[in-house]
Amino acid sequence: MINHIYQLTGVKTLCIKYEDISFSKDVIVQPEYMAICHADQRYFQGKRDSKIMCEKLPMALIHECCGRVIYDPTGEFKKGQTVVLIPNMPPPNYGTIYENYARGAHFLSSGYDGFMKELISIVPDRVVPYQDIEPEVATITEFVSVAVHASERFDKISHEIRDRIGIWGDGSLAYVVANVIKLRFPMSKVTVIGKQQKKLAQFSFVDETYTAAEIPDDLQVDHAFECCGGEGSYYAIQDIIRYINPQGTLILMGVSENQIPVETRMVLEKGITIVGCSRSGRRDFEYAVTMMRHSNIQQRLKRIIFEEKPVSSIGDIHKAFEDDMFTPFKTVFKWNL
Amino acid sequence: MIFGAVLAGGTGSRMHIADMPKQFLMLGEKPVVIHTIEKFLACAYFDCIYIGVHPDWVGYMFDLISKYIPAFENQLEIVTGGSDRNESNLNIIGGIEEKFGQSKEHVIVTHDSVRPFVTLRILEENVAAVLKYNAVDTVVPANDTIVTSKDGEEIYEIPNRSFMYQGQTPQSFRVSLLKELYFSLQEEEKKILTDACKICVVRNYPVHLVNGADTNIKITTPGDYKIAQAILGGKLD
Repeated sequence: MINHIYQLTGVKTLCIKYEDISFSKDVIVQPEYMAICHADQRYFQGKRDSKIMCEKLPMALIHECCGRVIYDPTGEFKKGQTVVLIPNMPPPNYGTIYENYARGAHFLSSGYDGFMKELISIVPDRVVPYQDIEPEVATITEFVSVAVHASERFDKISHEIRDRIGIWGDGSLAYVVANVIKLRFPMSKVTVIGKQQKKLAQFSFVDETYTAAEIPDDLQVDHAFECCGGEGSYYAIQDIIRYINPQGTLILMGVSENQIPVETRMVLEKGITIVGCSRSGRRDFEYAVTMMRHSNIQQRLKRIIFEEKPVSSIGDIHKAFEDDMFTPFKTVFKWNL
Repeated sequence: MIFGAVLAGGTGSRMHIADMPKQFLMLGEKPVVIHTIEKFLACAYFDCIYIGVHPDWVGYMFDLISKYIPAFENQLEIVTGGSDRNESNLNIIGGIEEKFGQSKEHVIVTHDSVRPFVTLRILEENVAAVLKYNAVDTVVPANDTIVTSKDGEEIYEIPNRSFMYQGQTPQSFRVSLLKELYFSLQEEEKKILTDACKICVVRNYPVHLVNGADTNIKITTPGDYKIAQAILGGKLD
């Protein structure tokens, strides 16, 4: 059948590409809801390096999506079953490392068409069923899975003293990471450091919050997550190196377009372990959809979701991206195209 | 029940491309009609999909289904089309009632087989609207100024464009209503029917509008066929 793909072809320019898809060996999913990620917004606004823009466009944006199964040749899914989709596409054999770091892996909506399509034809292994989660919340499963992945790596790498864990950032990523850490490490105190008191007020479930300007001199954290990205990464990393206890683990999660200077003298002196974390894989998705069935987690996640009006035209896509610029947290919309 | 009806009864006289009716011409890797049927199969709402085909092409249609979408044979029913769109619709309704019985719950979403670019959104909105309003047409606002002429030589009227729409398909109906209205028409009235919605209009039954899409083009002429091939990135020959 003829499938409609809504591709970004240039800065704020969308065109429809048509492709023929068939009922064959892939699962076909009808997208129901989508969420905008900062990475999508950077492409849409043309804030990526122009060389990167030329290399990666045209492509369909969006890698956070939930939908319903239209067709499944494997018999694993029922018609109409609610699912979330994994945008990471690993190569067939990648050994013992995580799928999201595998050489040869690619990511949908980064040089390959993302989920902004009428129908998504995808290998069965990239489809994860969910239940008991409202679809607008299930939409951000990929986002939650990134936090799950970081928490998994943290658990494997960091030493066992985890009395206080610091999270730098007051945006959506910090919020979701804080949720996952509180659930997964209930004995640890969680401290969140952000820029805006108004945004920090959303973190009602953590033990303490401080604005970056008011961090107590005697604050000590055993480990820390950097969830700022952009310009904020530099200041967050600087703070973390200062307040982290010796041999603490620093999980880097924020994406920055520019290189960030790091005070390596103190990293060496304290024996800090720095771990880069990006994206997620199937196991993280499975953990995420299980975790998100908790009603209190869903309630919390809802607080960072702004539901845009349904997208029924290319004009609506523009409006969703424009409104997202002024939304402090996650923009989610029903997909009617 | 909710039925799809893909109207593939045309004999291709306007195309002059070989002798093949336009719905059977290849578009990319498969015939036009298969693209259209696949989109109906992708829509979760249809209990069964009927295909109205000219008697001479019924066997050919069976072969296409076996070749391209064999897994869906049990969801598809082929009936012979009539002499025009409305006759084909009635034949399909006859097939539905023969197999599933008569019911006021039956609704039908009828669609030109030569509009393979129809979207799921349009199909779903037709289903939702027909369940609520009983009669539905799919339209797009007219972009060009519409000019009417009675003799083909002089303008008779230029209607206000903001009231003008171009009709597409699907057209959707409650089966019992369509039958009742059609059989109430005089033979003279039937002659002026250009499409199924006009049956309702002639009898003053309100027809709800669903937004179509400019991309929901109808492949009618060799030029349309070339455009469709180009859109799908295929060869123009």
